[in-house]
Amino acid sequence: MTHAPALAIAPAGHAPEPHVPVFRGVARKELDELLTRYPQKMAALLPALWIVQDSRGWVSDGSMAEVAELLDLTPAYVKGVVTFYYMYHQHPVGKYFIQVCTTSPCAICGAEDVVKSLLKHTKCGELGSTSPDGKFTVIEVECLGACGFATPIMVNSDFIESVTPDNVPEILARFE
Amino acid sequence: MGFPHKLHERETPVLSQHFGNAEARSLDGWKKLGGYKALEKALGMQPAEIVEVVKASGLRGRGGAGFPTGMKWSFMKPGDGKPHYLCCNADESEPGTFKDREIMRWTPHALVEGCAIGAYAIGAETAYIYIRGEFTEPLDEMNRAVKEAYAAGIIGKNAMGTGKRVDVHVHKGAGAYICGEETALMNSLEGRRGNPRIKPPFPAVSGLFGMPTTINNVETLVAVNQILTRGADWYKGMSLSNPKSTGTKLFSVCGNVARPGNYEVQMGFPFKDFLHDLCGGPLQGRQFKAVIPGGVSVPIQSMEEAESTLMDYEGFVERGSMLGSGGVIVIDDAQNMVKVIARIARFFAHESCAQCTQCREGTAWATRILDRIADGHGATEDLDTLLDISEDMTGKTICVLSDSCATPIVSGIQKFREEFEVLIKQRRFHPVTAAVA
Ligand SMILES: Cc1cc2nc3c(=O)[nH]c(=O)nc-3n(C[C@H](O)[C@H](O)[C@H](O)COP(=O)(O)O)c2cc1C
Ligand code: SF4
Ligand code: FES
Repeated sequence: MTHAPALAIAPAGHAPEPHVPVFRGVARKELDELLTRYPQKMAALLPALWIVQDSRGWVSDGSMAEVAELLDLTPAYVKGVVTFYYMYHQHPVGKYFIQVCTTSPCAICGAEDVVKSLLKHTKCGELGSTSPDGKFTVIEVECLGACGFATPIMVNSDFIESVTPDNVPEILARFE
Repeated sequence: MGFPHKLHERETPVLSQHFGNAEARSLDGWKKLGGYKALEKALGMQPAEIVEVVKASGLRGRGGAGFPTGMKWSFMKPGDGKPHYLCCNADESEPGTFKDREIMRWTPHALVEGCAIGAYAIGAETAYIYIRGEFTEPLDEMNRAVKEAYAAGIIGKNAMGTGKRVDVHVHKGAGAYICGEETALMNSLEGRRGNPRIKPPFPAVSGLFGMPTTINNVETLVAVNQILTRGADWYKGMSLSNPKSTGTKLFSVCGNVARPGNYEVQMGFPFKDFLHDLCGGPLQGRQFKAVIPGGVSVPIQSMEEAESTLMDYEGFVERGSMLGSGGVIVIDDAQNMVKVIARIARFFAHESCAQCTQCREGTAWATRILDRIADGHGATEDLDTLLDISEDMTGKTICVLSDSCATPIVSGIQKFREEFEVLIKQRRFHPVTAAVA
């Protein structure tokens, strides 16, 4: 449920790095186990993409092609699915990817100020860009399903609740 | 209970009684608390008998639409020679709602049990629990519970030693509100983009993998456990107002209120007492202004409406809204309604899957107009335009996301018109505004 971040693409002049296969060893085993759960191979697509993102931090074109091959799909089909879902990163993101809920229930509890405070203290400056030290990326998201604990944020896969503009510095200090 | 608060004496904790109790999370702890008794009982019954008990209890779907669960289950034809599937909808993305999250965090085995019973009752050997990708902790809890249940032989090819096969799998979503819509969820599970499907065919005829499928919300399925152990009459007895709304209901409360959290009350509980006694009333120095009682997709209530509501499916409709997902959003006098509604419209514009023109264009257009009014650049005609667009967005699309966007806009203009008009009258001159209106 993330707003499409305007993330920097690899600078011009740098050829994309050759793809190193993800599905070897443990990851391959994990995929094989997943395939036993569904009557059709394609159903393992979202889980397979999660394996990619969990091991590489994002889903590259090379990974999409690898997944396509394993599940008897075309790379274009896989890309079509990846682009539908907000949680798959199609570009590398900061070491700590921060998602802030700003949907109405959180907005009326002051989420906008939490966003401002996060942008200031991470030095990201604006939504979707990565801080100069490469540590943080902050984006706005739609409802995280924790509306009673406004404002919730997610830092990578950790949920942090009841964030206020004032406790932002203390929270950021946990992420080195 | 009003987790994270202590139990309030006027609550009726059935599904939430173990929230906050770490012991309930493990298989041993869960069994000590009476867990898996319902499944044991169910596996000794005929599937049709279970469906009858659920029908008799009066249980209705807790995912939003309130469809009678027993009746839904009876659409699944036994012995048609096809594999059947149960999908548990744990996508919980309706803004204002966070009850399924607590059920999965604190009582993951209750959901494994509910899924196993539901699957068996509809003649399915496989249940998939589709959990939104952002729910990392509930996902961990559910994965652990499923693993424990398999290891103990509770589920699997010989569930509880009965020779019956019940598989339960957790499937992680990847961020998209629309995947909570039942046919979008099925597409997503199949590895497709989460676009809703045209109905008919309905899922009971052709659902997941083209096979007969039933889809139920997390809260619906865990209620079934209680109904099987304590009986349909006990469940039916919990109804304070209308006999068509039975049992207890978890309400998630958020927004401008003293004690936000999850509260479980019997159907028909007075909403006024709920807001003031259980949830602690308004924040200091403020006053309640409006309530959206069932997630952002339902009509906004004025305080007069809200405070005379009895909290059940019929009660909310009688007072100008709907029970929906039970996500109560409380809005106080420090908020501007136009801004609140504009942000809701933005949510729907962001989440539209873009298949239908009315929805794709309507949600975005309405958002632009509302933002403009909120920013002080609105024109008088804007309100009529908004009502026009809303009309075009209602009842004309593949799913009801489009209608859901129109609902708060129309009810907002109806009930809080003067807030729009004040902003429009104070309009700062903007030459472009008139041209694009
Ligand atoms: C746009 C949209 C989003 C929905 N999101 C959810 C959701 O997050 N969770 C849910 O249980 N039901 C959701 N629903 C309702 C489901 O389509 C479906 O009716 C429900 O899961 C059925 O379960 P029940 O009969 O147990 O209520 C949504 C519906 C729509 C139209
Ligand atoms: S109404 Fe909106 S969300 Fe639903 S199918 Fe149409 S475009 Fe998609
Ligand atoms: S609206 Fe912010 S978590 Fe739901």
